[in-house]
Amino acid sequence: MENQMENQEFLADKIRTQEYQLNMGPQHPATHGVMRMILQLDGEEIKNVEPVLGYIHRSIEKMCEKSSYKQIIHLTDRLDYLSSHMNNEAVTLLVENALGIEVNDRIKIIRTIIAELTRMASHQLWWGVMGMDTGALTTFMYAFRDRELINEIMEETCGARLTMNYNIIGGLRYDIHDNFVKRVKEFIVHFKEKLPEYDNLLSNNVIFRKRTEGVGIMTKEQVIAYGMNGPTARASGFECDIRKKLPYSAYGMVDFEEVLRTEGDAFARYKVRIDEMWQSMNIIEQLIDKIPEDDFRMKTKPIIKLPKGDFLQRVETARGDFGVYAMSDGGKNPTRFKFRSPSFANLHGLNKMSENTKIGDLVVNFSTIDVVVPDIDR
Amino acid sequence: MSYFKDIFNAVKTLLTGMKITGRYFFVNLFTRRDVITVQYPDNIDTLKMHDRFRGEVIMGHDENNMHQCDACTICENACPNGTIEIIWDKEKNPETGKTQKVLLNHIYHLEMCTMCGECIEACPSDAIEWGQNFHHVTRDRSNLTKSLNRPESILNPNFVKSKK
Ligand code: SF4
Ligand code: SF4
Repeated sequence: MENQMENQEFLADKIRTQEYQLNMGPQHPATHGVMRMILQLDGEEIKNVEPVLGYIHRSIEKMCEKSSYKQIIHLTDRLDYLSSHMNNEAVTLLVENALGIEVNDRIKIIRTIIAELTRMASHQLWWGVMGMDTGALTTFMYAFRDRELINEIMEETCGARLTMNYNIIGGLRYDIHDNFVKRVKEFIVHFKEKLPEYDNLLSNNVIFRKRTEGVGIMTKEQVIAYGMNGPTARASGFECDIRKKLPYSAYGMVDFEEVLRTEGDAFARYKVRIDEMWQSMNIIEQLIDKIPEDDFRMKTKPIIKLPKGDFLQRVETARGDFGVYAMSDGGKNPTRFKFRSPSFANLHGLNKMSENTKIGDLVVNFSTIDVVVPDIDR
Repeated sequence: MSYFKDIFNAVKTLLTGMKITGRYFFVNLFTRRDVITVQYPDNIDTLKMHDRFRGEVIMGHDENNMHQCDACTICENACPNGTIEIIWDKEKNPETGKTQKVLLNHIYHLEMCTMCGECIEACPSDAIEWGQNFHHVTRDRSNLTKSLNRPESILNPNFVKSKK
């Protein structure tokens, strides 16, 4: 025993270890886009993560200042492209509230249904990628099988699969397609059958459990301190669902649960999203038979000018609390337009989450906060 | 003891997953029931996009090669990124004797278009509409700059401006 101790001391004298830096990205399959992270490593242990942004900065906020309010809507598709409908909704709601336009129930309900479909499509894609990041390639194919059905519905009703651009100020671009209700119902039946498969394929898988349980724990206080939001924060028990707190569109008419977990580890963040898909289906089921007959767009002026002042609108996208802030001097364009994107806020927690974990866990943590890089870099 | 129990449980969860993939593998191998992928370039003749699919902006022409565009340039101003350029001239109408705008070229830069639909929304005479073609691949970027009005086409004399 003593001998060993002496030996170690001897080695510690001879071999010098030191921390080193490693670049992850900008072109790395696990960063889901062009983002670079500078890792400070001690062996394989992470001491510090420093995300470097700006690789796909497009100055969208500046572009908004030069655009009319109608033109701004389509730019928001290009932020968080997986929640494009909710992003559009945020801008339309902002302008409608500023102008005092109250849309009818038909528009509200259709918007809500499409938003929940978008949320499910986003979570499905995330689930597939989450599996891929932890080494299970199969999940990606299964996720895309179900996502394809949603995309088909979107294509038929909105005209595009991803950047739907379906909201316009004062309503919707088109009425819903004749097949819409039928297809959505078919999808719900299909997905109710398939969602348990997700659990059997990945959630209960022992390898996946070992890689996620107890990894990257964030307490509720830390989550609030870092300003995190969305499913990522709800996994630590922080109630922050805008759909519940500040109901917009038709969320006031439905009865649904805010999914909360208290563990705060990677598995909890995973599980919150899976349960949110059940809740989305619950919301759609409550609304799909209640679409009233009415106009699908309200009358608006051809040139839209906001009154002088500041306006703010928050919506819950698939990633969390998306805020739009506009400052107007009464003209056709805003003088200042600012987006508060959920991915950017969630990224702040990554460093804390990954402290003293291994590089492999960083990939898991990064995957469970579910960032979309164009949403971080606007 | 718990060591063996862990191994047993681990194998069980792996087999649950394998059962699902295995079932799809064999069912689709023999019946192709759940196959959702399509053979894209091979089905090009039968592939039909949805009516609302936004593939490109086109201008409708009737059988006499007439279009509805009176070169009002509203779409050019509505476009957020300068995709549309209207080239027009003033011409004397032989019947009424008034000078009016005549469309020479409705230039559409497909490579810049974000398919937002503001131009179609804004057009007061429904002259432009969505086309469903999405095979835009080309070796030269300049091929994507198109003139939407066909050569020799003229303005439909009976065209109506909708109230929009
Ligand atoms: S669809 Fe949008 S980007 Fe394309 S030409 Fe029309 S207005 Fe411009
Ligand atoms: S396409 Fe329509 S909006 Fe554009 S110039 Fe012609 S008539 Fe005017």
